[in-house]
Amino acid sequence: MLRATLKSLLGRKLRLVLSGLAVVLGVMFVAGAFVVTDTLGRSFDSLFADGFSQTDVAVEAKPKIAVSEAEGEQVATPLPASIIQQISGTTGVESATGIVNADGARVIGSDGKVLTSYGPPRIGQNWVGEDALLQLREGRGPDKNDEIAVNAAVAKAAGIHLGDRVGVLTLEPKKTFTLVGIWGYSGNRDSIGGLQEVAFTTPVAQQLMIGEKNAFTMINVKVKDGETPEAVRDRIATAVGDNYQVRTGKQLAADSSKELKEGLSFFNKILLGFAGVALFVGVFLILNTFSIIVAQRTRELALMRALGASRRQMIGSVLLEAIIIGLVAAALGLAAGVGVGALLGFLFVQLSGGGFALAPLAVPMSAILSSLIVGVVVTVVAAVMPALRASRIAPVAAMQDVATPDRPLTRVSVAGALVGAAGATLLGVGLYATSSLILTLSGILITFIGVALLTPLLSKPVVALLGRLFAWSVPGRLGRLNSGRNPRRTAITAAALMVGIALVTGVTVVMNSAKTSLSAQAEDTIKAQIVINGDQNSPRPPSFDPAVLRQASGITGVRAVAGLWNDQAVVNGKRTYVHATEDLAQLSEAFGGPALARLKPDQIAVSTQEATDRHWQVGSTLDVQLSRGDPEKLTIAATYDEDTMPGSYFLPAAATKEFSVPQPVFGFVRLTDGTPVAQALPQVKALLVDSPEVSAEDRTAFIEGQASTFDTVITMVQVLLALAILIAVLGVVNTLALSVLERTRELGLLRAVGLGRAQTMRMVTVEAVVISVFGALLGVAVGAGLGAAVVRALNGEGITDLVLPWTNMGLYLVLAAVVGVLAAVLPSIKAARLNVLAAIAHD
Amino acid sequence: MIGTKALEPVAARADGLWKVYGDGDARVVALRDVSASFARGRFTAIMGPSGSGKSTLMHCLAGLDTATRGTVHIGGTEVSGLRDKALTRLRRDRVGFIFQQFNLLPTLTAAENIRLPLDIAGKKPDPQWWDTVIETVGLEDRLSHRPSQLSGGQQQRVACARALMSRPDVIFADEPTGNLDSHAGAEILSFLRASVREHGQTIVMVTHDPVAASYTDRVIFLADGEVVAELDHPTPEAVLEKMKAREVLV
Repeated sequence: MLRATLKSLLGRKLRLVLSGLAVVLGVMFVAGAFVVTDTLGRSFDSLFADGFSQTDVAVEAKPKIAVSEAEGEQVATPLPASIIQQISGTTGVESATGIVNADGARVIGSDGKVLTSYGPPRIGQNWVGEDALLQLREGRGPDKNDEIAVNAAVAKAAGIHLGDRVGVLTLEPKKTFTLVGIWGYSGNRDSIGGLQEVAFTTPVAQQLMIGEKNAFTMINVKVKDGETPEAVRDRIATAVGDNYQVRTGKQLAADSSKELKEGLSFFNKILLGFAGVALFVGVFLILNTFSIIVAQRTRELALMRALGASRRQMIGSVLLEAIIIGLVAAALGLAAGVGVGALLGFLFVQLSGGGFALAPLAVPMSAILSSLIVGVVVTVVAAVMPALRASRIAPVAAMQDVATPDRPLTRVSVAGALVGAAGATLLGVGLYATSSLILTLSGILITFIGVALLTPLLSKPVVALLGRLFAWSVPGRLGRLNSGRNPRRTAITAAALMVGIALVTGVTVVMNSAKTSLSAQAEDTIKAQIVINGDQNSPRPPSFDPAVLRQASGITGVRAVAGLWNDQAVVNGKRTYVHATEDLAQLSEAFGGPALARLKPDQIAVSTQEATDRHWQVGSTLDVQLSRGDPEKLTIAATYDEDTMPGSYFLPAAATKEFSVPQPVFGFVRLTDGTPVAQALPQVKALLVDSPEVSAEDRTAFIEGQASTFDTVITMVQVLLALAILIAVLGVVNTLALSVLERTRELGLLRAVGLGRAQTMRMVTVEAVVISVFGALLGVAVGAGLGAAVVRALNGEGITDLVLPWTNMGLYLVLAAVVGVLAAVLPSIKAARLNVLAAIAHD
Repeated sequence: MIGTKALEPVAARADGLWKVYGDGDARVVALRDVSASFARGRFTAIMGPSGSGKSTLMHCLAGLDTATRGTVHIGGTEVSGLRDKALTRLRRDRVGFIFQQFNLLPTLTAAENIRLPLDIAGKKPDPQWWDTVIETVGLEDRLSHRPSQLSGGQQQRVACARALMSRPDVIFADEPTGNLDSHAGAEILSFLRASVREHGQTIVMVTHDPVAASYTDRVIFLADGEVVAELDHPTPEAVLEKMKAREVLV
């Protein structure tokens, strides 16, 4: 049986390659995800192990607000300088050094632009001298308060040299320093992990990076020879008490690495999600291939049955084929996945500034196991149905006639309706009742299966209608008729394309709706004609000197100016986003909101909606913990409608110095009626010379800029789903190749009675285009439906307008037609090249 | 068209045709210096045992296969040496085919199948000729049926109608009754006979059935790739006798 199976496998190479390719591509994504996660994880481990190699024990204060890597920067709570004595006095401590080390020191390069970073933080620290790791390359460490040293990575990126005057943005607006030293790291490295580092004198670092005198972010402890870091750690922990976090350098490295790895696991899940879509589409392709293989082998299988093979052996034979294909494809996918993983790792290194040493590539067990399991399971699942069908064939019937019987579509359609309804229900529950992502996603998946089952029924009228477009020529008419010949095969092929296009369309609908709704709201609420802001996609929001706001209010024709500070805070035990502005009256004026008074330092304003949810009234007292400083009690002075002002909480100006970024992130300038924007805008821009992270733009440009984020998401999803669509295209190629093969004799006849080569090619192409456009049509319809459902569910989140992206949807249809033409290239050439005589004689 | 037909008394002609497959030991000679001409308005049968080269000869005459050496003319055109495009056009406009089976496209109705070569050429059928042909083959009430709804005999009648419809220089029929019972076969042969007699159609038919051959005006006997005998106005008995004499019993 095994021999017979293997022989028939090799006899159908093309189909195997095509259906195997679907598995290869899907598995490639899965393996790639695991390989890159593993490689980067190990790179982080060695990076931090290296970075903390000079630290035996580290003492830190517990953060006021715990913020994860994905949510933003966590602000370290400062340690008082006095703790150093306490630590130095502990047995086994050789030395204890106060370290200032915080994110947010942005160096302005020689071109006047702020050095950007796509991930690694931009560290400001105090200069504590060289050690085995950190070595000066040029100059010396900063002695005076207007001197700095930078690492070689910063010096190169910024194009600065010893003696240059260099601007640095910190918690405070731009300050200028003289560069006196450039350092590197052991092994001739410019930086560790692409970190951008600036070192100040200790008092300056404390002032600019912590905002407090005589405070540190960490105490770096060296232990005496013969002492273990663990023993000293325990003694220090006892000495300093519970408010401090005492860890060995190794623990610190492991914990830091773990945080970054959590970010990676998110990345991993996204990759796996798209791999899942690709494999889901692959199932359709494999299902189709096996159905066809079985149909064509009917006679062969029947002969085997007649010779005494049992039903079980028949199923076994088909499943064995599936397992072999699955294994081979999984192995190839794994190999390709290692390549993809290496590529992603390389891209990651490039994006993070190149100063990052990638750990040697290895293939983790997780990648091998998941690849093999996924590859085999997917293939076998797709092959089960055809295998069962094969076993049901009565030997005599099959040997008499090879034609695939045209089975009625009633059962499959009823099943499709039921599955579709179940999927829609699940989707509804997921979206409206529980807002559970898992339910929503499974709802979408099951809806897809339902629609796929209904596709054969739909294919008859839709394909007939689509075919009309091509019916003006003989090849067109023949192609149209061919595409309607095998509704199941056409349907599965089209359904595979549907999935990818439906997802892309759905995301486009949601994103466009969100974009339009939010832009409309911004149009409605923001009355300010000029907005100051920077690139909001960077991990640390760009900010500017609050002095700009005061200066802007002096420009003629300016009616109101307000700055907006953003941060996270814990309000009555719940973490939330908060805003602050120096004068609520001005902000309200800039937004055209309700008349609100300036807040006193112990007051807070809360949106009516939030106040209702949490059962507060004007006069309630709230406990507020900001990123820095001690908890405060603030009294609700006013409430406002959330639709008229940004966010749910407003804090007084005094609170902004305890924000993680104590500078305004947005500035709003409202002009008096009749003042042209063109007149005021250049004057506002002129004020921003020393705040190079931000720029001033008019309201329209600002709203467009904010909305462009949605376009980025659409593009990303399109790119990632291109893989699923590619697999679907393979399905179209597969179906066509088979059609050509099955209809060899027909093609011969057509050529004999005078159909030219070009006409033959056109006939095959029309069939491909009809199938592809049918799939795209389904996809666009299903996607629009899914998108509309999500948009309705998000109504409460401010997405009120349903926008159907007609242009995009039309584009997807056109694209599908192009895809059809491309998919037809090889099969149509094959059809045109057929030897007429051989084709007629073909058995 | 009518003009050239009148001027050219020979519809198809083969001169010194060789067809050789393979090389060295595997060399097989299918046609060995065959020359034959098929007069306009006549019904000719090519007979011979399996492997005698009768099908190869027909395929070379029809432009479906290329001869190793020698020339083929259809009407006044030399077929040998034509490229695919010209050959396709020749088959479409000047040659008709009737195969033993799988003559029709399953997706098209009988009428569409009959019209297919004209449709491909972008021509409209002459309504009068259409009616004549349909009437001759007796398909008036079967035109909207698909091949799967027709009997074997009806399918072959559709194939005959298709071949006749474009009034080709010559119709090649390859064992057209091979798959039919004797009654349906006789019907088909009568149509072919009638179209030659009444409409001056030229038909070349490959067959191994002496009865089928007796419907023709002339029989050419092939054996081992060579023309070995000819017989005018054949009767089944005469054909059988000739076959016995040549020991080419099929």
